[in-house]
Amino acid sequence: MRRVVITGAGTINPLGSDVPKTMEAMREGRCGISELNIRDIDRLAIRIGGQIHDYHPEDRWNRQQIALYDRYTQFALIAAQEAVAQSGLTFSGDLAAHSGVVLGTAGGGLQTSDENYRTVYEEGKNRVHPFVVPKLMNNAAASHISMEYNLKGPSFTVATACASSNHAMGQAFHMIRSGMSDAMLTGGSESMLCFGGLKAWEGLRVMSKDACRPFSANRNGMVQGEGAAIFVFEEYEHAKKRGAEILCEVSGFAMTSDAGDIVMPSKQGAARAISGALADGRINKSEVGYINAHGTGTAANDKTECAAVADVFGHHADDLMISSTKSMHGHLIGGTGAVELLACIMALRDGVIAPTIGYEEPDPECALDVVPNESRDAKVEVVLSNAFAFGGLNAVLALRKH
Amino acid sequence: MSVKDKVIAIIAEQAVLEPSDVTEDSSLEDLGIDSMGLVESIFAIEEAFDISVPFNANDPSESDFDISSVSAIIAAVEKLVAEQA
Repeated sequence: MRRVVITGAGTINPLGSDVPKTMEAMREGRCGISELNIRDIDRLAIRIGGQIHDYHPEDRWNRQQIALYDRYTQFALIAAQEAVAQSGLTFSGDLAAHSGVVLGTAGGGLQTSDENYRTVYEEGKNRVHPFVVPKLMNNAAASHISMEYNLKGPSFTVATACASSNHAMGQAFHMIRSGMSDAMLTGGSESMLCFGGLKAWEGLRVMSKDACRPFSANRNGMVQGEGAAIFVFEEYEHAKKRGAEILCEVSGFAMTSDAGDIVMPSKQGAARAISGALADGRINKSEVGYINAHGTGTAANDKTECAAVADVFGHHADDLMISSTKSMHGHLIGGTGAVELLACIMALRDGVIAPTIGYEEPDPECALDVVPNESRDAKVEVVLSNAFAFGGLNAVLALRKH
Repeated sequence: MSVKDKVIAIIAEQAVLEPSDVTEDSSLEDLGIDSMGLVESIFAIEEAFDISVPFNANDPSESDFDISSVSAIIAAVEKLVAEQA
């Protein structure tokens, strides 16, 4: 069977403007969650988030480009640039014809929607900028990446709420493994930190006002973040032949649907996705050393996720490490699995396990090694990345050290 | 309509019951209202009384709003209406 490896990674997120800075922050257990700086913040009850500060699009793009790029597209393009540069790939000829981009996002150009609804509803104007549609559409970022890098193969956007990135990366993995393509750009991007985006989440009453503390007994909800991470997935022989630096192997993927509840998670659905990814990658349970948890910091997710992990791994659940980096960068919704994959690469390549920061009190319902507060040096062979979305859509990736 | 009658009407609508079937000593669980129904009821209460209810679904017991029974909810709403008037 064809094997799939990662040969490039790029990101911009609340922890850093590139991969090295992000990994350094994860290693040091830094918190990227801070006071939000957005319009009408005084009308929000939730005032913290993993927001990217000191960000100036005009330093990077001209006026015409900015008129077409929603913030989520900007983040995706920044991450793609770093990933493609690292991979050393140039897309032309046959490679370009078969290479594409599969991107995860939940909200797409939500900043653009928010701004323009204000224009027509709040300000009562009857005219909006001509590029509102191409700017807000959910496939805008995927399309701009395809144009930037001449990717002429299968390209589309996956929207499965908080599992979007993992579902997207799973598709890219399958395409390469099945022979459809030798190289794909994949990952996710999200920029939902606007008044409407936050107000909607506030309504569900699952947001924390002070911090994201996954697995901690005193956790009180999730914190939203924004950003993107993009990867170059490449067929192993293709990468080897050109002497590319291989960050790790993508060895398994599985997705399941709970067919249960629109917001409450299911232990069975999560457990089936985890076992499915192991089976798909022909991985023994005992090989798994680390799991990057979905770990949202809500009461419901964290205990369900821990129960699912305990069910799948049995005694080995006590030997493996599981952490939630959302404690540091917040929940990037449709982009979250992509940024979290960086913690997986760091674990495999550098032997550093990112911590769950903000951990204060053990919860008997989350009695696993959650790598509390400080990163840890550990050699691991196989890691998993969990994503369990609202709507009961689960996607788990398995990665192997190369 | 009194605060009590209004709260009962909201809960009854959520539970798909007649207001007369919503007794003050019943819990939301007794009435078949789940966590989603609870969040929706709180929203309806906020809208009806123009108040802000301190409630976090992650930790209902620690929220400063007693939801243990219909009478507790009525008392909590009466307090909030008085405070936020």
